[in-house]
Amino acid sequence: MADIQIPVLGDPDQREIPSLIPGAMAGSKPYVAQPPHQEPLGFPGELVPDWQEKALGRMGDLLSKYRSLQVYMDICVKCGACTDKCHYFLGTGDPKNMPVARQDLFRSVYRRYFTPAGKMLGAVGLGGLIGAKEFTKDLLDEWFNYFHQCSQCRRCSVFCPYGIDTAEVSMAAREIMDSIGYGQKYCNEIIGKVHKIGNNLGLPGPALIDNLEGLEEDMKDETGQDVRFPIDEEGAEVLLVTPSADFFAEPHVLGLIGYAKVFHGAGISWTLSTKATEAGNFGMFIGNYEQMRKIAMRIREAAIELKVKRIVFGECGHAWRVAYSFLTTLVGPWDFLDPRYPVPQHILEVTNGLIKKGGIKLDKSGNDKMVLTVHDSCNVARASRMGDFPGGQFVIPREVIKSCVPKFVDMHPDTTHEKTFCCGGGGGLLTDELMDIRVKGAKPRMEALKDVVDNQGVTHMASMCAICKAQFTKVLPYYGYDREMVVSVHQLVSNAIILGNND
Amino acid sequence: MAYECNGKTIEADEEGFLVNISDWNEQLAELIAKDEGVPMSPEHWEVINFLRDYYAEYQIAPAVRVLTKAIAKKMGPEKGSNKYLYELFPYGPGKQACKIAGLPKPTGCV
Repeated sequence: MADIQIPVLGDPDQREIPSLIPGAMAGSKPYVAQPPHQEPLGFPGELVPDWQEKALGRMGDLLSKYRSLQVYMDICVKCGACTDKCHYFLGTGDPKNMPVARQDLFRSVYRRYFTPAGKMLGAVGLGGLIGAKEFTKDLLDEWFNYFHQCSQCRRCSVFCPYGIDTAEVSMAAREIMDSIGYGQKYCNEIIGKVHKIGNNLGLPGPALIDNLEGLEEDMKDETGQDVRFPIDEEGAEVLLVTPSADFFAEPHVLGLIGYAKVFHGAGISWTLSTKATEAGNFGMFIGNYEQMRKIAMRIREAAIELKVKRIVFGECGHAWRVAYSFLTTLVGPWDFLDPRYPVPQHILEVTNGLIKKGGIKLDKSGNDKMVLTVHDSCNVARASRMGDFPGGQFVIPREVIKSCVPKFVDMHPDTTHEKTFCCGGGGGLLTDELMDIRVKGAKPRMEALKDVVDNQGVTHMASMCAICKAQFTKVLPYYGYDREMVVSVHQLVSNAIILGNND
Repeated sequence: MAYECNGKTIEADEEGFLVNISDWNEQLAELIAKDEGVPMSPEHWEVINFLRDYYAEYQIAPAVRVLTKAIAKKMGPEKGSNKYLYELFPYGPGKQACKIAGLPKPTGCV
């Protein structure tokens, strides 16, 4: 904890643009994936000798496959609107963490090898005149460092007048690096575990079943009710797919308990699956479509095998992006599910619907003395929706929280809804060797949190994403707050729900 | 990286987690704990021993809740909390205690 310089928090209403500190984060990089992490995913074990040629070949493939990437390369006018919008820039002052500069690491190679002017001028050493650069090993190393200082949260794209999505550029860069044997250990090791064991955590079936039995015992002790945590129950109405962290970590598991109580209270039959024990899909973080599809396929297989009628996702930000935006094209069609329900559904949609129809009953005194705010998770906020109306992804979580707690306060409007800041640990950065950038990247969120703590008495911040929960648990103490200040949204539901005969 | 223990070189990954779980012994645990700045007490050993027993059965470290319940049973209800575990292992009961116990690091969104 000692060697990380913790940013000073200011007023979110007068957010300062930091003075530039060139190279401040030049040394920040994740561990490089080793052959045992790379090879099971079909990537070369280590950096291949002809990496430059291979990387340019892959870049060419991606430019023709994703027209958006080609447009992003050509359309930037360097207006500067994005420069002060990235949490990692705001927390570090490193100019290469300005989204435009991050894109330019990629764009300079594109210009050199894929534009007529770049090819001509580059050949005589004058590529610099048009922002073209030779793809050297030094530049590749810069890619590795700075494309792993982007959490793919897409806040910058909200402010870009052309809608350039830096996340897509960073995904493409990571995909290219994987294809030449220069992957990131954290993401690739985890994807390997999904293929081998079934989830990001590496939690085997028997351990999961033991956990769930323990939770059923706890529920009996706490509520006197038989709140169940069913697994592999064929014919259940709902298949719940949730991040494996929900089985393991705090406060995640308190959210899982909340989902179970909601299903119990509403009398909905549900099941988990030992096959689909992970909602998360790190295939997206590394920009690899095949991995993303393969990971998503387990959910389809589980739904068919268990003959469920609905699929519901637990609290996980990027899982919901993949589910909401891509699930049908990845592994659809879903014609075997009940057409009366959206495919897939978010647990917050289910819970909110039940609250409104009186299907479950809540008592706010279960969360007595708590004053809540909410952290909009980036992938939920900017890459998906909930409900059947625009902005449902903001309204529905707030409605659920407000139904459960005595007082709710929103944070500064420049840090919520579509302008929400990343927690600082998204996009495959939730790994210990990146703690420095994670702590600094949390600065804008911490600033907005401090504001409502100091001025409105906020005691807790609710989150609807496993990564956000884990990240805040780790970084809150750096800023002088208790790690248990971050709570799952369904933890609040769990505390408030009235179970049993309450007619 | 590697640990030097009893004249033997024990291989570990970048973060100090053992490459081969079978290399673990109690002396090595003391050594890793020293590197981590964790002064091993009988309470620490209770946690480490539970982690190792659980791992032997399930091939994964126990969930935080499973661990706190087990500790409460052995050491009294007032110690069955996440807070107490963080007092013992400031970098987190999951990761730091696993390292000392010679177990692989829990990965994912934890």
